[in-house]
Amino acid sequence: METVIGLFNYWIVIVLMMAGFYIVIAQENMIKKMVGLSIFQVAVFVFYISMSNVFGGTAPIAAEGFTLYSNPLPHVLILTAIVVGVATTALGLALIVRIKEEFGTIEDDRIRDMEEHGEESEA
Amino acid sequence: MISANLPILHVIIPLIGAPLGLLFSRSPTGAWLLALIISWFTLADSLALLLIVSGGEVVSYEIGDWAAPWGIEYRVDMLAAYVIVIVSGIGAVTMLYARQSVEAEIPRDRIYLFYTMYLLTLSGLLGIATTGDTFNLFVFLEISSLSTYVMVSLGAERRALTAAFRYLVLGTLGATFYVIGVGLMYQMTGTLNMADLVNRLPEVAETRTILAAVAFLTVGIGLKLGLFPVHVWLPNAYTYAPSVVTAFLAATATKVAVYVLVRIYYTLFKGGVFETLPVDEILLALSLVAIVAMSAVAIFQTNVKRLLAYSSVAQIGYMLIGISLVTITGLTAGILHLFNHALMKGALFLALGCVFFRIRSVNVDDMAGLGKAMPWTMAAFVTGGLSLIGIPLTVGFVSKWYLILASLEKEWWPLAAVILFSSLLAVIYMWRVIEVAYFRERPAGAATIGEAPLAMLVPMWVLVGANVYFGIDTDLTVGTARAAATFLMGG
Repeated sequence: METVIGLFNYWIVIVLMMAGFYIVIAQENMIKKMVGLSIFQVAVFVFYISMSNVFGGTAPIAAEGFTLYSNPLPHVLILTAIVVGVATTALGLALIVRIKEEFGTIEDDRIRDMEEHGEESEA
Repeated sequence: MISANLPILHVIIPLIGAPLGLLFSRSPTGAWLLALIISWFTLADSLALLLIVSGGEVVSYEIGDWAAPWGIEYRVDMLAAYVIVIVSGIGAVTMLYARQSVEAEIPRDRIYLFYTMYLLTLSGLLGIATTGDTFNLFVFLEISSLSTYVMVSLGAERRALTAAFRYLVLGTLGATFYVIGVGLMYQMTGTLNMADLVNRLPEVAETRTILAAVAFLTVGIGLKLGLFPVHVWLPNAYTYAPSVVTAFLAATATKVAVYVLVRIYYTLFKGGVFETLPVDEILLALSLVAIVAMSAVAIFQTNVKRLLAYSSVAQIGYMLIGISLVTITGLTAGILHLFNHALMKGALFLALGCVFFRIRSVNVDDMAGLGKAMPWTMAAFVTGGLSLIGIPLTVGFVSKWYLILASLEKEWWPLAAVILFSSLLAVIYMWRVIEVAYFRERPAGAATIGEAPLAMLVPMWVLVGANVYFGIDTDLTVGTARAAATFLMGG
């Protein structure tokens, strides 16, 4: 029980991470790939936030009556990582828009077909 | 005052320059001038840094005056300075070359965006090599990668877009793997500062958490540097990116990723990883496959840019072989090849940029007769090719010499044989291009073409000249590489 309940957050991290990773690999739709990538990144955010927790500690805001705080550093790191994640998603989606304009589809397997068998196979 | 701030100026100036260019100098020439000036400034700064640290000193800089384990520390040792010089040197030369090539390949209204992205990439790559903080390294990794994706997508063909997208997906996976690795290390040690990690890692080096961290870091950085089975983003990204971008990336981005790997293995873990996990054997095996298989694949390419991209994957294999030998000579060879490969691939891709500038194609068949039509460009291509193969009097020979020396030192004869064999494969793929360019006539009725403009020839020949110069006078490169390797091996 200890390993299931006590490490609950980490189990969630692993499930999210693998789900995201699987979507990136298995889905041909580029938007879904970006969704998978985001889930994968979010799993890492949860991982960092979980490890910053200190037993019995409160949110790291100085206030009277509290002496034990969670570690604020991972929070700050993840703020940065979230910004990076947003930038990645924005750029990825922008590229998808351009790909849709040029190829008329955002299915990776169909685009690969078009690239390999010349331009005319897909009108 | 300037000298105290040397370790940060080469990162900050391009970072500030990027939005400045976006806001104030949108004309193609203005944006180019800004990028050119900043590139040369970073080169001057990094040469000054190399001079300072060449005495064996380590320069440390505390950002915002926050002391090291709490604040972010910038730390420049011999290896870092060496990589910084490679990046800024290649940046300075490609910028000199860039103006006409970029105007020919990128729509006029987007040129200023290209230079903005270039400056961000430069800042990111230099930042990776300078920082002494593992998380800060991730941030720079993503600054450089995100702007790289944009630069790749600026290519003229629509396939540039899909190449950029696939690069983005794999690159992000790689960076995220790296963050997981850093997180696991932080969990066990409570620090992100590299100098601090060095002291705290040995205690916990055998724990499963740290073993997992090493695995995540290796795979993550492997994705970024084009390690053999996870290199699939690389050929398309190099093929469809604008010529200048390909030359700059091929010569710098993967080198910086190799540097990160060396940092992790030899600085953070002091080579201890090789005892707890067989990463050296794995890297060696993958690299051996890479240098043979990727060279063989290169032979069958019709697009010369793609041919050289596959050759790049093979060449990265040489660097990793050197690193995975875990001897001073091996590490010297690996580090030396960082520099030498930057020179040869830089020269080759710049030559292809000249070819594309004139004939709007880089297919082997379209290059018939170019030996006569563009003698200077093709001569540069041939010299770069000889260097790639490893003919004496070029830098390629020096790299291979030390690599073979290192494998013989371990008495691994088969390894030396494989290295020689893969060089023979390089002869074949370079010869294919040279044969078409020199021994076939230009098709009848083809438009007569002239030599590429002088502004492009001169920077290209600077790199070609460096290929020959550092192939003859090896004191500087080998000396620096050996000093860096000795320092890393703790000798």
